[in-house]
Amino acid sequence: MSGYTFAEKALARAAGVSSARAGDILDVRPDLMFSHDNSAAIRRIFLEMGAKKIARPDRIAITFDHAVPAPTTKHAQNHAEIREWVKEQGIAHLFEVGRGICHQVISEEVLILPGETILGADSHSTHFGWLGAFGAGVGRTEMAALWATGELWMRVPDSMRIALTGTLTPGVTAKDVSLRILGNYGVEGGIYASVEFAGDTISTLSLDQRAVLPNMMAEFGAKNAYLPPDKAVFDYLDARRTRDYTPLYPDPDAVYAHDYTIDVSQLEPQIALPNQPDNVVNLSEALGEPIQQAFIGTCTNGRLEDIQAAAEVLRGHKVRCRLVVIPASSEVYLAATRAGYIETLIEAGAAIATPGCGPCMGNHLGVPAPNEATISSANRNFKGRMGTPDAPVYLASPYVVAASAVAGKIADPREVLPLSR
Amino acid sequence: MTIHRCWVYGDHINTDVIFPGKYTYTLKTPEEIAAHALEDLDPTFAAQVQPGDVIVAGKNWGCGSSREQAVTALRYAGVPMIIAASFSRIYFRNCINQGVLPIVCPELNVLLQTGDMLEIDTDSGQIAVHGQRFSIPKLSPSVQAILDAGGLVPMLQKRFGKV
Ligand code: SF4
Repeated sequence: MSGYTFAEKALARAAGVSSARAGDILDVRPDLMFSHDNSAAIRRIFLEMGAKKIARPDRIAITFDHAVPAPTTKHAQNHAEIREWVKEQGIAHLFEVGRGICHQVISEEVLILPGETILGADSHSTHFGWLGAFGAGVGRTEMAALWATGELWMRVPDSMRIALTGTLTPGVTAKDVSLRILGNYGVEGGIYASVEFAGDTISTLSLDQRAVLPNMMAEFGAKNAYLPPDKAVFDYLDARRTRDYTPLYPDPDAVYAHDYTIDVSQLEPQIALPNQPDNVVNLSEALGEPIQQAFIGTCTNGRLEDIQAAAEVLRGHKVRCRLVVIPASSEVYLAATRAGYIETLIEAGAAIATPGCGPCMGNHLGVPAPNEATISSANRNFKGRMGTPDAPVYLASPYVVAASAVAGKIADPREVLPLSR
Repeated sequence: MTIHRCWVYGDHINTDVIFPGKYTYTLKTPEEIAAHALEDLDPTFAAQVQPGDVIVAGKNWGCGSSREQAVTALRYAGVPMIIAASFSRIYFRNCINQGVLPIVCPELNVLLQTGDMLEIDTDSGQIAVHGQRFSIPKLSPSVQAILDAGGLVPMLQKRFGKV
């Protein structure tokens, strides 16, 4: 009998059964369930179900991040409704306006650990694969059911393996790897699958970099994504955690529906052209395209290393187009301030905003006008994603976004700075 | 055993053509929502669909956005089940949670044409068409229980004593 994939092991654990196989349907009890500004809508479905008390309030987290600080009265009312609900239900984890984006904040607070299962009412819940957890997104009705019962049915997905080999060259990042995966196999390439990364590249990536890969597998159609946790992950978690854990690893003879290998050592910076994240080319093919706005932030690329990358590129330069920088969390913001990166960015002409999603999905804090092109460090560039269908969005790494802000057109960071990394 | 008329479609039909995104926040009543089902895929569907008709589609039915209306629009139009070679992950879940039976059957959409009739026996798990038989994959008891209740909200309403 063949070995088990990560997904098979993780969901068996979460369902409290001894083993499971792809295709099995299990009742899963997640270790953490989270939502964000959509929690008021979830509350209304919960009440429609006739439920009264949240089943496991100690395992529920809510983050204000999608529209913070509230840009309109309507948003403020939405937030107020959620605050009231959190108090009434005794929900254990509420992260207020300014704390940051759900995926980043939950990672920093270490509310989820390797081998555990986390379900979020957000499509980028694949994010938590960075630390070896099973993370998947669910709909609002499903989150209401999770609040009501503490469990949800899950089909154990087939798995695919992506082995990354080699070391990235300076100025090339996990974002470029993610974009290349989308470029190679398309936005349906990972549909329904557990995307399980392997290979010697992973241990060479910083933790900030690692999070980009599972985060962007949402664009790949994946159910969840997974990176095998190593000592760097354990050290980070051990300094912060409050409970024990047992990491899970796929068996060496696990069966994968697809098995891909990508050598990253020759990879150049990548860019997704408008309007689909798999519309990916080498950066060299898009150089010189004019842009009106650059945006560095989001759950994909708003961490300390991303802001450091921007500061390295921008030091001593002035931007030639609008540059909006939004740290993914208050912890990132503080560290970036203390390291002097924020000062560098402001001197270069950047506008810094409160940690949160910012203009990522077109709510506020930097939405483009029709026909204005944006280059963004986010994960999605579907038509209308940033608020208007006529504003094209390019996706790239923070290095590329910062270099493009300096040039006022799409530019190669490797020409702007002598890269140390 | 029940007899159903089929609407047959191809591969990779996405939720935008099943229920256009521009209506997701403006249309509220079942009649309004059903009137736009499959609008950008098959303009004849909404006008001619009869309660009991089923969809027979190819691979990856329902890919794209997670909007639940892509299932409810069909449910409101009277479609009790959707047969496809495969479903996108979220669409499959939405079907179960909205009480619409998703049947994975890889061979069917190439055998059939819109207007053909098929027999479905959910008790014995069989589909009969043109003298051939296909089996309906069994769902786990917990998932079947959601369908039997009519969806996730009604199931939990029962559990929490609301109905
Ligand atoms: S930053 Fe963007 S992708 Fe990430 S959670 Fe917020 S809206 Fe979603």
